[in-house]
Amino acid sequence: MSNLLVIPFLLPMLVGAVLIFFAKQHRLQRIIAGTAGIALFVYAAFLVYIVYQTKEKMIILEVGNWDAPFGIVLVGDMLSVLMVLMSSLVGLVCLFYAFKTIHSEREKYYFYSFFFFLLTGVNGAFLTGDLFNLFVFFEVTLISSYVLIANGGKKIQLRESFKYVVMNMVASAFFLVGAAYLYATTGTLNMADLGNRVATMDQQGVLNVIAIIFLFVFGAKGALFPLYFWLPKSYYGPPAVITALFGALLTKVGLYSLIRTFTLIFNQQPQFTHSIILLLAGLTMIFGVFGALSKFDIKQIIIYQIISQVGFMIMGLGVFSTSALAGSVYYITHDMIVKVALFFIVGIIIRVTGTGDIRKMSGLLKTHPMLGWLFFIAAMSLVGIPPLSGFFGKFALVVGGLDQGQYLIVAVALIVSLLNLFSMLRIFMNVFWGEKNSTTVALTNKQTFPLLRPVIPLIVLTIALGLGAEPAFQYVIGAAEQLMNPEHYINVILP
Amino acid sequence: MEILIAVLIGVLFSVATYLLLTKSLLRVVLGTVLLSHGAHLLILTMGGLGLGSAPLLGEEASKYSDPLPQALILTAIVISFGMTALLLVLTYRTYKAHQTDDLDQLRGRLDE
Repeated sequence: MSNLLVIPFLLPMLVGAVLIFFAKQHRLQRIIAGTAGIALFVYAAFLVYIVYQTKEKMIILEVGNWDAPFGIVLVGDMLSVLMVLMSSLVGLVCLFYAFKTIHSEREKYYFYSFFFFLLTGVNGAFLTGDLFNLFVFFEVTLISSYVLIANGGKKIQLRESFKYVVMNMVASAFFLVGAAYLYATTGTLNMADLGNRVATMDQQGVLNVIAIIFLFVFGAKGALFPLYFWLPKSYYGPPAVITALFGALLTKVGLYSLIRTFTLIFNQQPQFTHSIILLLAGLTMIFGVFGALSKFDIKQIIIYQIISQVGFMIMGLGVFSTSALAGSVYYITHDMIVKVALFFIVGIIIRVTGTGDIRKMSGLLKTHPMLGWLFFIAAMSLVGIPPLSGFFGKFALVVGGLDQGQYLIVAVALIVSLLNLFSMLRIFMNVFWGEKNSTTVALTNKQTFPLLRPVIPLIVLTIALGLGAEPAFQYVIGAAEQLMNPEHYINVILP
Repeated sequence: MEILIAVLIGVLFSVATYLLLTKSLLRVVLGTVLLSHGAHLLILTMGGLGLGSAPLLGEEASKYSDPLPQALILTAIVISFGMTALLLVLTYRTYKAHQTDDLDQLRGRLDE
């Protein structure tokens, strides 16, 4: 029992509400937002430390003192507090990048308020232990994302956000349908209780149907293979900072829920459900990277890279072993860092050259060496070149896959990695190599430094996570063991 | 009674699907509204329709309706209400900006 778990979503909610009143005062708004961002990050780091110190490696809160299966529980196990830490980090760097890049018109229309409401929903979704509560936090996240994605009101933004909203509303309706079916079959919506009852039921047919409904819901939100079609265009419209925030957080919430439900509740027939996930993982990787290779717009390429990386992240769930899941968790952590860094850098590149088309850019390495090398490190980390963090995530996934005899998916993952390398190097060669062409340079090298400031900690972090893979892996293997042994989770919540 | 409601839910879902696949913006919005209605009704039905009994009458009550689904749909209705309001505004703004409500014409290219 610990009230500590409330703060990660209570703090951003209050800050977001307060910021509504200061929407027209830019300086004050930034001071409040910046302070709250730092406080949230420090608190999340503290929370990870607390959870790691406890004997059970998790803390729970029964809200309103209602005993577990009846009231809502908040659960901070190793995976969820790690996710909260990462989302707070992403929120913090996005804030500082937004201070430098976001247009003051957008600030005036409650950008920071909805930014914090989004963090409220994301952190809440990571911490809740109740399926319906998860739905509510999903909706909090989504409604803030609807506002952020349409904020600015450009023609393309309005058009694409309409499709984004409709897609998500359909998925949310099916979330309710799935929750209703689960309630009818098991009589509970508490995730631990669900895991408990599902294990003792012999209605595998019904449960498989429900599992597929949830796979559809979380797959649509996490951009899995046939359901990612809404993502490339709708993420293209808004400014780089919002795309970075969405690319790093929104798909991860879907993937986190997928991992949570399919390790805790729908874990009875992995040969059926998890082989479908494995198939989707492979197809997501392939189609994502093909999309990236077919585009010439730099932002579009990175957006398709989101989809391709989603495949790697759920591959560990599909393989369903401790080492593969540890790889997945590590990969999600790594991807949040690198994806944000890449979107920031791409935002700066577009500002510098005034175009998004890589065929029209050339020779930026001569004029902007710092930008070039930071991009290079981030791109190599995304692809998975050894000393950087991406390598260790893929390494654990491949080893986990080989251990379980899933040779096909391992082969697909390795080939897709090569194609990823090709697609990132294609950007690097087109944009940074070659002679300087005549496109006017809007920002000089010096002028990009303040914009690059939020990128540098992320790059340092991806190097540190790679060099310090040993302790990092101790943590994620602990998290994966908790996921693979849901009895522990159930026992702590329902003693 | 449950069977009848189940048929009704099916009708709502099929009409919603039809509307979601049409070309007009407003019909798509109505489609999402009907879809969430169907989902809410489903939650209510899945809890079992205890006709004519109150949710809570104390511990010795001989029969009662399950209060949890009612609490759930209350939350879900409020959420879908807010979402629909936002979607309607978005639809109006999209229509104003593009001067059309035909989704075929809103297909769009990126380089504009």
